[in-house]
Amino acid sequence: MNVDGVNSGIVLDHIQAGKSMAIYRYLHLDKLECCVAIIKNVKSGKLGRKDIIKIDAELPMNLDVLGYIDPNITVNVIKNGEIAEKKRLDLPRELVNILHCKNPRCITSAEQEIDHIFRLDDLEKQIYRCVYCETKSKE
Amino acid sequence: MRHLIDITDLSQPELDSLLDLASEIIENPGKCADACKGKKLAALFFEPSTRTRLSFEAAMLDLGGSVIGFSDGGSSSAAKGESVADTVRTVGCYADIIAMRHPKEGAPLLASRHAGVPVINAGDGGHNHPTQTLADLLTIKREKGRLGSLNIGFCGDLKFGRTVHSLITALSRYEGIALTLISPKELPVPEYLKASVIEKNNMPFTETVDMEAALPELDILYMTRVQKERFFNEADYIRLKDRFILDAYKMKNARPDMSVMHPLPRVNEISVKVDDDPRACYFKQVLNGKFIRMALILTLLEVLS
Repeated sequence: MNVDGVNSGIVLDHIQAGKSMAIYRYLHLDKLECCVAIIKNVKSGKLGRKDIIKIDAELPMNLDVLGYIDPNITVNVIKNGEIAEKKRLDLPRELVNILHCKNPRCITSAEQEIDHIFRLDDLEKQIYRCVYCETKSKE
Repeated sequence: MRHLIDITDLSQPELDSLLDLASEIIENPGKCADACKGKKLAALFFEPSTRTRLSFEAAMLDLGGSVIGFSDGGSSSAAKGESVADTVRTVGCYADIIAMRHPKEGAPLLASRHAGVPVINAGDGGHNHPTQTLADLLTIKREKGRLGSLNIGFCGDLKFGRTVHSLITALSRYEGIALTLISPKELPVPEYLKASVIEKNNMPFTETVDMEAALPELDILYMTRVQKERFFNEADYIRLKDRFILDAYKMKNARPDMSVMHPLPRVNEISVKVDDDPRACYFKQVLNGKFIRMALILTLLEVLS
């Protein structure tokens, strides 16, 4: 199977096999008009199997959420067919509308169109808490 | 612009400064009599309250300001489905400062992002109640002469008791605070409080269901009510509501200088016979609550030079 290389854009490599569709949704890639390739179950020396996403456009995209979904993902920024930058991912300090608060007593359960904001509370244990009610994320 | 949503919004020096200002007002009540002349406080109470609402109103009136607002969400446009954000945007056009109580956790934080004027959290569901905490700290300081090196027992509903959560968080900044957490097994302190505050700050604590055994070791006993309005299931409330009752007989086992505190309202968790015991401080807390709210309003409105 052949997928053309990216000339200028972003390649997300070393995605844990099976997680590419979740990333597609989190990053709202369905809204892009450029070419987006999702390659699943690629053989990988490091992971056994991995997914890859290729986005054929330079977009001002906030990739912080990837650090929460899978901190092992490699972000390759491609310019003129070459890797211009490899980014390492950290756990983001804040997640907006990625996690949803399940506490029925939280204002997020009642207020219309409120952003669900979770803040990193414990880096070591990777615990996020709702900024409104401090409930721990269970996702 | 400053708000008070969580007690941790205040740094240690700011907290100490507020307590000092409140003590100054107690010593010299006329000092700030006109400090808020021409200013309006909006008291937005979406949930019933006696002490907190009247305390805010009395505080603003004693500062020479005036008060607008409502004491029941049902009498505001919230009953028509208006959002918290829209409500406070509107009120921010009329008032200089907002004190807000709401049954949903985090509602005052949301309000602070939209109001355009300082917002004070006057209680958000079972979550936080920082001005009660300020009243509690002022009471502890005036009764004990210090805010550290104390063994404090919290008794009753520690799960939904927002005053407990805020006070433990505030006390975590002081040295030598030991906690005795007395509650039914169904109503322990929430996991987030234990992990993020008590354990993170290495506060020594014990959990027990035996109030009488814990009593002789305490410098302060902070009683709380089991709150009917926090239960989805009334049968659970009825089963738990009378689990701990402090009476004159049990007080015989307490230290002669132990202070009994309660954020009020009380139902029957403290016998009225304890009221005459000089160790009962809960009505002093009420009075201190007005003075500390005066200090807070002055500070957030930045009207003191």
